[in-house]
Amino acid sequence: MARNSAKRSLGFWLQLGLTLAVSGFLGVPILQSMLAGVTRNIFTGVLKSGLTLDWVGQVLTLYWPAILLSIEIAIGCLAVTLLIGVPAAYGLARAPGRLARLAEEALVLPIAVPGLALALAMVIAYNGWGGFRQTAWFILAGHVLFTLPFMIRAVLAVMASSDLATLEEGAASLGAGFFRRFFDVVLPNCRSGILAGALTVVTLSIGEFNLTWLLHTPLTKTLPVGLADAYASLRLEIGSAYTLVFFVLIVPLLVALQMLGRPRRMKALPEDTV
Amino acid sequence: MPRGRMIAALMILPAGLFFLAFFVLPLVRLVIAGGEGPDGWAGYGVALADARHLTSLAETLILSIAVTAATLVLGGIPGLFLARNRFPGRAFLVSILTLPLAFPGVVVGFMVILLAGRQGMIGQVSQMLGGERIVFAYSMAGLFLGYVYFSIPRVVLTVMASAEKLDPQLEEAARSLGASPWRVFLDVILPGLRPALIAAGAVSFATSMGAFGTAFTLATRIDVLPMVIYTEFTLGVNLAAAAGLSLLLGAVTWAALALARQAAGAGVAAAG
Repeated sequence: MARNSAKRSLGFWLQLGLTLAVSGFLGVPILQSMLAGVTRNIFTGVLKSGLTLDWVGQVLTLYWPAILLSIEIAIGCLAVTLLIGVPAAYGLARAPGRLARLAEEALVLPIAVPGLALALAMVIAYNGWGGFRQTAWFILAGHVLFTLPFMIRAVLAVMASSDLATLEEGAASLGAGFFRRFFDVVLPNCRSGILAGALTVVTLSIGEFNLTWLLHTPLTKTLPVGLADAYASLRLEIGSAYTLVFFVLIVPLLVALQMLGRPRRMKALPEDTV
Repeated sequence: MPRGRMIAALMILPAGLFFLAFFVLPLVRLVIAGGEGPDGWAGYGVALADARHLTSLAETLILSIAVTAATLVLGGIPGLFLARNRFPGRAFLVSILTLPLAFPGVVVGFMVILLAGRQGMIGQVSQMLGGERIVFAYSMAGLFLGYVYFSIPRVVLTVMASAEKLDPQLEEAARSLGASPWRVFLDVILPGLRPALIAAGAVSFATSMGAFGTAFTLATRIDVLPMVIYTEFTLGVNLAAAAGLSLLLGAVTWAALALARQAAGAGVAAAG
């Protein structure tokens, strides 16, 4: 933890070198795709052909329905996971004993199984069910299945760390009924967990492909389904421009998630002495 | 507290019903559908003994193990380094290294194409240096690159969080007793990071086993298990094979993640 660069050892510089190389490996293609998305012709290069927003415009005309559907599904997914996930987390936190732990294990099971397998099972189970399989609701169900465990875990983690039982007992002794306690005591105390869960749910839903690829129909394409389509059949600039649109949607969510996680992580840091 | 217990049960009920309708029921249906093929229940045996499936299973396992090993090194060292050092630009590096965390597999596939595809950077650089245009995106090597890309952020985050919780006094004690930096690393830091490394390794293994989007973007000819399941279902309409391999895959990823949870107890997932 040498802070003075004069004291830094060879090991420091080697590790920094590797860290920079790995950052380049992750960061350069991101940068490249963003640049390619606004370059007139990637084969002649940015400098010769110049910048343009034409590709982004084309992506928006071609894929606007898919982008919109993804946003709608993400919002729907958030609503459902809040509505059934937060109460479930509360129930799991308050219920004592082995049965509750078993229920918790079961409810988070869907994230341990690959999305493709989940989707396959859903398609086989609901194939005969009239129109349901053809609608966007079917995709929504898949996204809720996959994101619900993240909501439950995020909220449960905060509930477990705050002494909810004591707070609730205090409120109960003052005569607060169950609903009063749930909305005025429990929910405000879990705000950070709910927010973290919500950001995770929306981020995952917007980017979900593994399940969605089997669940979608030609009329219910989502943003990532369109991405796969664009990568496979259209020119590099359009694929890049589409990726750029995706980044614009997803990066603010990721930054918010990182910022949310930071204060807690900072507290865990040992004092920066020596 | 029977009343409290009843309220708790009622609160879990909606999520429980959803879970039954969209997880338990479909899984049961999947198992039954797999046994309804021309071979009946024996179809499962036939599918799992098929040479092509076994090769695919072996290849996927080898790929996932290789990805896990590479990611632990390439993500572990930067994670540890960033947790233990403060320097200008550190926060920026942390954001780059964790940014791809929520990229879908298809986007990761596109990143691999930009790196190692026909117009990729690696090819251009190798050509400029007077060599041949190196292109390997559309093969198992490209998939390897993609899964490493995808898994590094998870390992970095897990290792950073764990390294920040290490007790600095242990290290100081070892140093004051005359241990070399290398010995301190091997005997103090590495054992402290063990749970995090096991957890992160299990997650990247499970993710590599089950990921579909990256392979789908790169090529349909890469015969990893999820691709085989997909083609058996859509092209072969071989439900027994698709169901059997899905259940097998699910069991493997579940076991890997159960190991991770035992090691770390943290929220881990097989996304991608």
